[in-house]
Amino acid sequence: MGETPYAIEMLGITKRFSGITANDDITLQLKKGEIHALLGENGAGKSTLMSILFGLYQPDEGIIKKDGKEVKVIDPNAADRLGIGMVHQHFQLVECFTVLENIVLGVETTKHGFLQQKEARKKIMELSDRYGLMIDPDARISDITVGMQQRTEILKMLYRDSDVLIFDEPTAVLTPQEIEELIKILKNLAAEGKSILFISHKLNEIMEVADRCSVIRRGKYIGTVDIDATTPEELSRMMCGHDVKLSVDKEPAKTGEVILEVAGLSVHGKKKGKEKVRNVSFNVRAGEIVCIAGIDGNGQTELVYGLTGLTPVSGGKISLCGEDITHASVRKRSEKMSHIPEDRHKHGLVLDYSLEYNMVLQRYFEPQFVSGAGFLKKKVIREYAERLINTYDVRSGEGAQTTVRSMSGGNQQKAIIAREIDRGPKLLVAVQPTRGLDVGAIENIHKQLVAERDRGTAVLLVSLELEEVMNLSDRILVMYEGEIVGEFDPKKTDNEELGMYMSGAKRNTVEADR
Amino acid sequence: MKDNKSMLKNEGFQSVFAALICIIAGLLVGYIVLAIINPAEATEAMLDIIRNFANYPRTSAKMKYLGNTLVKVAPLLMCALSVNFCYKTGLFNIGAAGQYVVGAAASLYGALAWHMPWYVCILMAMAAGIIWGALVGLLKAYGNVNEVISGIMLNWIALYLTNMLLGTVSEAATPYTTQIKSVNTDALIPDLGLRSLFINRYVTLAIPFSVIIAVAVWVVLTKTKFGYELCATGFNRNAAKYSGMNEKRNVIMSLMIGGALAAVGASFLYLSGYEQWQTTQSAVPAMGFNGIAATFLGGLNPIGTIFASYFIQHITSGGAYLDTNIYPSQIADLITAIIIYLCGFVLFFKHLMNTKRASKGGNN
Repeated sequence: MGETPYAIEMLGITKRFSGITANDDITLQLKKGEIHALLGENGAGKSTLMSILFGLYQPDEGIIKKDGKEVKVIDPNAADRLGIGMVHQHFQLVECFTVLENIVLGVETTKHGFLQQKEARKKIMELSDRYGLMIDPDARISDITVGMQQRTEILKMLYRDSDVLIFDEPTAVLTPQEIEELIKILKNLAAEGKSILFISHKLNEIMEVADRCSVIRRGKYIGTVDIDATTPEELSRMMCGHDVKLSVDKEPAKTGEVILEVAGLSVHGKKKGKEKVRNVSFNVRAGEIVCIAGIDGNGQTELVYGLTGLTPVSGGKISLCGEDITHASVRKRSEKMSHIPEDRHKHGLVLDYSLEYNMVLQRYFEPQFVSGAGFLKKKVIREYAERLINTYDVRSGEGAQTTVRSMSGGNQQKAIIAREIDRGPKLLVAVQPTRGLDVGAIENIHKQLVAERDRGTAVLLVSLELEEVMNLSDRILVMYEGEIVGEFDPKKTDNEELGMYMSGAKRNTVEADR
Repeated sequence: MKDNKSMLKNEGFQSVFAALICIIAGLLVGYIVLAIINPAEATEAMLDIIRNFANYPRTSAKMKYLGNTLVKVAPLLMCALSVNFCYKTGLFNIGAAGQYVVGAAASLYGALAWHMPWYVCILMAMAAGIIWGALVGLLKAYGNVNEVISGIMLNWIALYLTNMLLGTVSEAATPYTTQIKSVNTDALIPDLGLRSLFINRYVTLAIPFSVIIAVAVWVVLTKTKFGYELCATGFNRNAAKYSGMNEKRNVIMSLMIGGALAAVGASFLYLSGYEQWQTTQSAVPAMGFNGIAATFLGGLNPIGTIFASYFIQHITSGGAYLDTNIYPSQIADLITAIIIYLCGFVLFFKHLMNTKRASKGGNN
């Protein structure tokens, strides 16, 4: 019969959006039973390509073949029927449902309108055993770990008999230990004949898990390599088009006096009664970068809200430059504190304002920008914004007058960083400042943070990326379930050890300072 | 091609274009309704509505009835500005109708019971509107009560309180409040010769005042620190909080000013002597609600709202010229309601224009 060895072939895929070619003649061939990595920087066109495979977009040119036969994937339901399943970066689970209910959601077996879950339960348990997923079908999604939620997503695909499984940056939310487990599961799935597409920009994971790797850069197909015959350096070169320094150059820190002093701080979460930050104490000195590491959702967000005044604290004391600011207003704090927020769209920017208006968001009320009668000095604002735009290389379509919504994520972030750094703060709180940015932009932002440190600013960095933590920080504090469970010197620790603390497997009691 | 595209992208152009589409769609649907009832007379009837005061052959009559339209444009414009102002802070001030009602109550009571001069009556209306707006604002800021819900409830409270209060100053034989000119001519807003120009004694300074206030609202929103804060709060409440703005205060201030605008609008109408308050009315006057339509038709821009308010009032007054021998008398209200209803679709059409462009090829 001459059966094709490929489960999925995407041949010559081109997709254009007005003026931008997101995918330019890309070919991707996924062999049956292999783990195939798709590597590219943010904005390289990975998501577009996967959206085409999943039926969310139609390609302008090119064809898709499933098991050698040309198919049209007109919508996600068609993808489902073809046996193509996807685990999205943000899980698509109903929080208040059980694992079982989530898995059968949409394909429930019913009799006279009543759910028949016995058979479903049997099938799910069989699948779970077969692939070593170890799930509890009756646990609620809101109660289980992120790793287990991900395995629920995997089971969802298996339950629907998908044989092509797409994983979109599956490790972004996991601890190092959970990542290892996932890798085992992936290999298991491949051994059982499933074909896996693994989207990532983390080279070491790809080296560990994948059989082959296809690289795309700026919408163009660069090539496909066998993992056995390549190195991380080569992959990095293919991805970026040039050699990228993966680590940051920095001198040893010259620390000065204590700038931020946090003692016994507690902060409530959104729901009253539940403390998301419990009795946290630490210092940040002038001229050092202190990094709070941890898995997402362990109280880092609430800690920052408490520090910056966005949420009232429920206990403890915060001092900035020797001044008690525990209950000070946001504006009072921002005299000496700059804040690069976690969510630039939620807090950092007024997206419908122009770039110049956003550049003065933290200082529009200063006499240099507003007249005594309350009128904005538009000319001064324009000049100020243009200076920041030039100094920090913020790129946009129409300069200072560009609506921020239309700017790229990287440049939006640059604008925030320009605004916050230019105020010359004593303390810079930077929360995931490089999230969702490409390698070039990350390099730039890392340099700026180090430059701020060398200027004598106290920098508090909150990051979920271990690599960033290890590269940038002078001290590392690990946060787990609202508490600081360990303090480390980045030179004397490794990912392994941090991972143990981040997942709660180990903990120390940390004193207020060293 | 490139010019064409950038013009389509232009915010102002989009607003005007969408408003025109809405007007045409409204007129078209109105025409269809007329045609269904009586196809032979539909065209003439529609033209009667659109002509409004121009139905009269003599210039003096035209001026007089143009004046009648303008008298009601002033309060409509003020209500529209009220909605517009609050909308910029991210609030939907459906309570403008109730703020309008308390404005009527305060100004009429001041004029009829306390015999105050016109400017004091306007200030009284303003104070009443500020209080009524502040109620909504306080509930929103401190109780997170949706401003639409509290606004609607307060509309009804305002209506019946006003009926009670003005019942004390109504004519003996009718449920209408006493005519201002018969007790206190000082309470009528002066005209500086506008009356003789329009040959219409209801045309007063209220009309130019409302236009000046529209320009002032535009200046406040676009040129001042206060406007910067309000719009930032409206666009993104979280970012406002992040930058240390007092968003609670901004919400309350915005509704207080919105209340003042709508209430002063009511005083502009009632202190011209054009209308008397009917103390038995059981419906909140439509002025506040029409203000919502005028705001959206005006592209949420105070200057655009001036023209939109005029158009809506022009159509509303024009409805009176329908031949009631051919069409039932309610049809005039129906037609104008349809047109006003479709005026609210400006944002929808704008959205449509933008998504159309995006789907033609635009990365989100």
